Amino acid sequence: MNRYAELTWQGLWKNNPGLVQLLGLCPLLAVTSTLTNALGMGIATIAVMVGSNGTISLVRQWIPKEIRIPIFVMIIAGFVTCVQLLFNAYAYGLYQSLGIFLPLIVTNCIIIGRAEAYASKNTLLPSIYDGFIMGLGFTIVLLLLGSVREFLGQGTLFDGAHLLLGDWATVLRIEIVKIDQSFLFIMLPPGAFVVLGFIIALKNALNSKVESVFEPPVESEKPQRVRVSKS
Amino acid sequence: MNKIISKNGLILATFALMVTSIVAVTQYLTKEKIAQQEQKQLLKTLDQVIDRASYDNKLFMHCVPTQSLQFLGSKKTQRAFIAFKGDKPVAVALETTAPNGYNGNINLIVGINFNGIITGVRTLSHQETPGLGDKIELKKSDWIHSFTSHSIQDHKDATWQVKKDGGQFDQFTGATITPRAVVNAVKNSLIYFQLNKKMLTTQTQRCGDK
Repeated sequence: MNRYAELTWQGLWKNNPGLVQLLGLCPLLAVTSTLTNALGMGIATIAVMVGSNGTISLVRQWIPKEIRIPIFVMIIAGFVTCVQLLFNAYAYGLYQSLGIFLPLIVTNCIIIGRAEAYASKNTLLPSIYDGFIMGLGFTIVLLLLGSVREFLGQGTLFDGAHLLLGDWATVLRIEIVKIDQSFLFIMLPPGAFVVLGFIIALKNALNSKVESVFEPPVESEKPQRVRVSKS
Repeated sequence: MNKIISKNGLILATFALMVTSIVAVTQYLTKEKIAQQEQKQLLKTLDQVIDRASYDNKLFMHCVPTQSLQFLGSKKTQRAFIAFKGDKPVAVALETTAPNGYNGNINLIVGINFNGIITGVRTLSHQETPGLGDKIELKKSDWIHSFTSHSIQDHKDATWQVKKDGGQFDQFTGATITPRAVVNAVKNSLIYFQLNKKMLTTQTQRCGDK
């Protein structure tokens, strides 16, 4: 497997930030009550991860080991603030509905985790790709969680999409079932925990099947032991 | 030892400077757009509570600071927007707070014309229970329309309560505290308007002025 295929495999399945590393649970659970919010959060996270991974990879040889963490935090905080300002300017409705969780991307451990584990040791392009694919893996989980919760909670998909994508996007809203009384449990954080639990269970159930398709059999590096004993 | 510390300190300071300047540039570039967005949002809300055809001044510019813990529910300074037709005041949009929601403050904006009749009420922000108390949002229910064209006779008007308490406004199934708080806040803003009608139109101070 070449480098990029390996990164893709790690980010989307094997080491998925939302399902395996279980990092960044706070935004994952808090903003996924609708698909639109999930998509907005996903885009913001990808933007921050690509930006921070790229920058950290570029300046990695000037960062002394002892003070790398404060520098990473500073760079990430800078990117989050920029993303927040951009959302405020160009997606005001979504900026309001994501609320405090947009600035809180700073505290999402996936971002500093990838900065420390990957970007600080690798060259620019793979680092950017790693940021993108890890962000994408996270976004896919957000979207899955968002659509399940929105569907079970209020019977729609893409409710409020115009907040993110502009007025034309109201046509994206799909009402699958008409629900008069929304399913409160699913809309609140406990429902998010339960749905996430089911998604992880599903992932684990499919794991061996998917791995046998995508992961080539590992060739053992140890020499085979020669059988010497008589029997 | 000291050398390493000062070297690291310098590196840290350099990074801080760089990151801060990037943020500063972004802030500078988006400043105008953000102000525009906020104004657009404000105008959109004002349009919902006061009919745009009824006035001809720049409504969001004519903003008077108000403050009343008793009638507007908050110690903080809130805003009142005064609509004029020519030089005659026609309506006012009051920002007000219901301090006794089920889960904290409910921020509202109430449009009242100069005959003391409500032209519209909207919820600006709240933390009421989703599915129960959030029917005060227009997105969830049209309950908030039930205030339109109501007025108040005297300060002890008994019709300004939810039906459960003997008034005229519906409560929601499973949530009485939220509508009770909103009804009360709207009633108080009407009283505030009656008491301060004169001050609102003659006040020369503008929001943001010291």
